[in-house]
Amino acid sequence: MNALIFLIVFPLVISLLARVVPHGLVIKNIIGVCANIALCIVPIYLLVTYLNRGPAYFNLESKALDIGMFLVELFVAFYIVYVSVRSKRYLPIFLAAAQLLVMVTLEFNSHGMHVEHSLFVDKFSIIMALIVGIIGSAICLYVIGYIPEYYAHHKKLQDRRNYFSFLMYLFLSAMFGIIFSNNLKWLYFFWELTTVCSFLLIGFKDDKASQESAFRALNMNLVGGVVFATGLVCLYSSSGVMELDKLLRLDKGVVLLPAVCLAFAGMVKSAQFPFCSWLTGAMVAPTPVSALLHSSTMVKAGVYLILRVAPVMENTLAAKMLILIGGVSFLITALIAISQSNAKKVLAYSTISNLGLIVACAGLNTDAAVWSALLLIIFHAVAKSLLFLCVGVIENKLGSRDIEDMDYLIMRLPRLTAIMMTGMAGMFLAPFGMIISKFITLKAFIESNPVMAIILAYGSAATMFFWTKWMGKIMSIKHGVTEVIEHKVSRWEWVPLCILAVTTVLVCLAFPFISFRVIDPYLLEVFGKTPVVDTFNILIVLIIMLGMLIILPLGLLYYAFVNKNYKRVGTYLGGGNIDNITFEGAFASTQKIEMKNYYLEKYFGEERLFNVGVFVSLTLTFVMFGAAVI
Amino acid sequence: MNGIYKLIQEWSILERALAFVLIAPLAGGMLAGIDRKVTARLQGRYGPPVLQPFFDVLKLLRKERIIVNKFQDFPIVLFLFFTIFSGALFFAGADLLLTIFSLALAGTFFILGGFCVSSPYSHLGAERELIQTVAYEPMIILTAVGMYQVTGSFKVADIAQYHGPLVLSLPGVFAGFLYILTIKFRKSPFDLSMSHHAHQEIVRGITTEFSGPTLALIEITHWYETVLLLGIVYLFFAFNLWLAIGMVTAVFLFEIFIDMNFARFKWQLTFLSTWLFTAVAGASNIILLSLMRR
Repeated sequence: MNALIFLIVFPLVISLLARVVPHGLVIKNIIGVCANIALCIVPIYLLVTYLNRGPAYFNLESKALDIGMFLVELFVAFYIVYVSVRSKRYLPIFLAAAQLLVMVTLEFNSHGMHVEHSLFVDKFSIIMALIVGIIGSAICLYVIGYIPEYYAHHKKLQDRRNYFSFLMYLFLSAMFGIIFSNNLKWLYFFWELTTVCSFLLIGFKDDKASQESAFRALNMNLVGGVVFATGLVCLYSSSGVMELDKLLRLDKGVVLLPAVCLAFAGMVKSAQFPFCSWLTGAMVAPTPVSALLHSSTMVKAGVYLILRVAPVMENTLAAKMLILIGGVSFLITALIAISQSNAKKVLAYSTISNLGLIVACAGLNTDAAVWSALLLIIFHAVAKSLLFLCVGVIENKLGSRDIEDMDYLIMRLPRLTAIMMTGMAGMFLAPFGMIISKFITLKAFIESNPVMAIILAYGSAATMFFWTKWMGKIMSIKHGVTEVIEHKVSRWEWVPLCILAVTTVLVCLAFPFISFRVIDPYLLEVFGKTPVVDTFNILIVLIIMLGMLIILPLGLLYYAFVNKNYKRVGTYLGGGNIDNITFEGAFASTQKIEMKNYYLEKYFGEERLFNVGVFVSLTLTFVMFGAAVI
Repeated sequence: MNGIYKLIQEWSILERALAFVLIAPLAGGMLAGIDRKVTARLQGRYGPPVLQPFFDVLKLLRKERIIVNKFQDFPIVLFLFFTIFSGALFFAGADLLLTIFSLALAGTFFILGGFCVSSPYSHLGAERELIQTVAYEPMIILTAVGMYQVTGSFKVADIAQYHGPLVLSLPGVFAGFLYILTIKFRKSPFDLSMSHHAHQEIVRGITTEFSGPTLALIEITHWYETVLLLGIVYLFFAFNLWLAIGMVTAVFLFEIFIDMNFARFKWQLTFLSTWLFTAVAGASNIILLSLMRR
């Protein structure tokens, strides 16, 4: 239990330290590094300790703690009212008030409520803890290098870097709270904390655009929060239970509505349609924030909660709706991503797309589906955080986050591009990472839901489209000298990038271990059986992976240094080449060539598809609630 | 013939994979030769000898290696390697989905090869190749899904052993597969990224900057791919050996016939029509099938 409390309290302490200690001191960086190492090691310790053990529940009941949390909730509500009044936005006030009202009702009705186990840990929590710990701290490490550069690019901004680190660590603390809480009131408390943290981080730049996005995120997540709180009231009034494990053991008819409420809150947090606009808006924030929101926190908290309550909804109409909402989010955002040239936006849509797949798996809730959902969570978290951090560096170096400006990136930032391509390979190339999970997902869906199999077929093709053209863009090579600007990348940025790149590869290689030792035992606890995975297939996948890991570097070295048997010429441009990108055309005119990617705006434009997604998913959401009520 | 069939069934996985690696290029090259001969005859020409593709490739292999950047040949080698690998998986009787994903990986390397030379013509070709890939990919996955629905297994060995006629349960899927086979075979009207018909090509599409030995590799990869794809056609009729061989031949000739009779489509039409046909023929077939099984 101590480790769990440590993981919740320690980042909190660090966040306060980060707020207090003035920046620029060496001691501050040292504290940061030590804290991040601790945050990596403790989850690993948890993994080792609980590798051969079942879930453990801990009793922690304290009146003072409950009152303290309630006071913080009050404070947060009033803070939201304060900032909303200050910027003349009234919807959040209304939502915060509604939320507070519901929570106060719960508080007064629940006198003498007895919560047996407040904290718990099982394999799923440990997986999440590892993700939050390792990726979260890598991102926090990256902040040390990123923030000075950020201020160098935005000279007019008021320097609030202490505040920034404060929020980042607070976020991690809240995340650990979510994944270890068995007491649903605690879970709700941490849930609201992440909402507020994300609001403040998205609005960090404090200009008009980021305020707009921040309030959008706040509104949507507050709606989720209100529904969450309502779910808790329903649950308590119908069964008197306030614990996650007991909720799952109750009669399904009784707890269906609370479960749907919780799943709805999870949908909002994981930015599923119709709530996905807050996540795409969140890209106005500094890159580490996006990396944190997209990979290890926030959106993963959403799918975490959905996966937790999914057993209650199994085989109901509500679950079918959840599958379809996930499916619609997966397909439509993958299609929209094709039409985007803003790198961060492509990443954001791809995040929603992958989360949609996880939500759909949770809705199906068979052993195979949950197996692939967990793998998707892991692979996605690692690769996506890596990609965001890479884009952050590129943005600072090139002054643009547009994919069209990333021509010849491999010549300008060679090592960074190599790292970035590792991340991309993890996202879409067979047999790395995501594709293994997609493979199993497809198998899981064929039996029960052929529509999902079809959605998956189209969605995979779309996914391949936007990744491949981006990858092709950054790896194009031209003849002649290009200025290498890589030496300007700070060491604080290199270290986390390398850590994450190595982790991406390791996670792929360790996937049999993760599957057999961590995920399978968890599934055994929940379902009493594990999916039968063809060992021959796993063997083949591993052979391809290992083969690629050996062939790719060796091949590149061979072509770079060994094979000298060639004649090198300029590219064919349809005239007399002047240099690599200009040629002499007809009438001795000088022509310049430019290569742009296809974005198929006409078919996959954002405005067009976005509305379709909102309409469809809104309908599905209402059907989901309707199915839970009747 | 039946004797050979029996013999093949007794082989181990590795032996079958090896047999593919060795025999497929010969068969694929022969098919390419027959293709050219038939095409020529249909156009009223005499046509090259059937073995001409082999002479071409041998000549290409002996040519000087002319490149625009040092790494451009590497993706092509990977393209060949993973195509062989997927074919070997298929003929060894392994998982059909794995074969498909591996084939998609191979295709991705080809596209990346086209991008990395950064010539405008090849860029355009790569972009079009990508659109073609996106167009046919759903149907290929749905083919595997449909076969799984009927036979209950993704294993090629099990599907090939299935007693009933697969095509009768999957007529829509088969039609959809035929449609995208035209793209995969790089036949008109869908030969957007590189065409064998010089009159409808801007320079040479995705292969603009690939010459000599590398072009030979691309050609050999195409042979392997042809055999693999015809293998998938075979699966639809696997319940009867002779019918299956007959149908594979018929499909091959049908694609040549289509090639003869169409001019190249625009990419918009190619893309939309393929996705539409996939939905109408393939997806509806799969949904109906699952409703019937309920």
